[in-house]
Amino acid sequence: MSKVIVVTSGKGGVGKTTTAAALGTGLALRGHKTVVIDFDVGLRNLDLVMGCERRVVFDFINVINGDAKLNQALIRDKRIDKLSIFPTSQTRDKDALKREGVDRVMDELRAEFEYILCDSPAGIEHGALSALYHADHAIIVTNPEVSSVRDSDRIIGILASKSRRAERKEAPVMEHLLLTRYSPERVRRGEMLSLDDVKEILAVPILGIIPESESVLKASNTGTPVILDPTSPAGRAYDDAVARFLGEQRELRFEKEERRNLFRMLFGRA
Amino acid sequence: MRLLEYILPQRPRTASVAKERLMLVLAHEHAGSEGSEFLPALRNDLIAIVRKYVAAKDDAIEVKLGHQGKAAVLEISIELPGKSGRRAHAN
Repeated sequence: MSKVIVVTSGKGGVGKTTTAAALGTGLALRGHKTVVIDFDVGLRNLDLVMGCERRVVFDFINVINGDAKLNQALIRDKRIDKLSIFPTSQTRDKDALKREGVDRVMDELRAEFEYILCDSPAGIEHGALSALYHADHAIIVTNPEVSSVRDSDRIIGILASKSRRAERKEAPVMEHLLLTRYSPERVRRGEMLSLDDVKEILAVPILGIIPESESVLKASNTGTPVILDPTSPAGRAYDDAVARFLGEQRELRFEKEERRNLFRMLFGRA
Repeated sequence: MRLLEYILPQRPRTASVAKERLMLVLAHEHAGSEGSEFLPALRNDLIAIVRKYVAAKDDAIEVKLGHQGKAAVLEISIELPGKSGRRAHAN
């Protein structure tokens, strides 16, 4: 049975695309046939973050309009065998994601892939609604910051009312909280909402904590999903999140400050 | 570092302020969205009924959906015109 996972947040800039790229890569690394779809019509970026921007020929809208076959638009990742990227188009017509077209493409993808990750655009407009409509699971990407938490709450409400599962009165979309750009040090100083604060407010089970890390920018600079960098705390945290999603028990790392290591203090930070 | 933080006077903990503000605003938004379909209509009907008996102003009636523990509470507050501007409460 294939599973559709939406990576969503309401607010922009919290790490949706970084997360979609990392989790998709992680699932494929573990042997699951996975596709990551960019739903951000007009603002294509997943291709850049995943390092395949020069291989885009056809896109989501071409396939919806019947101008290209699905297999012509899917880009096979060069690093990981079971990973494909489905780029969106740069058209400015936001309503290009026609409902029937998206339905048809999702059916085709379900027949071919185990995991279908939908990278949602920010906001609560047509693109974001299309991205979450088919979801079986939702990864709510949230920063420990007031506007992000409020927008996540909003998206959680929309998942419960506007998803296909809600419309059909099926079991609800399974929600998972992913807290990104977390700084245990600032939490200790009382400057940042803690994991417990956010959990209490949103009441969504936690999938992972991604610590604020310089390696995320470095990874996107080179178009390498950060999960492929074993020296990166964020990469390791994403790996934990993938393992948990697949049912493994893993302790939450990065919630507390790591003990300072003299060696690391002298020879640079990871 | 930690030692210094113990010695120096505590700075205000902005995270707890953030949490309080968030909980308040979300409680409001949830209350608003739950009754959003019927609350405005209910308010208009109530004004019409009250007007049969007294000359109440348009903004004399407040209808709010709140929470007390697990129960949802509909609070209707009607300001009656009169000497002291008495408010009648019905829950």
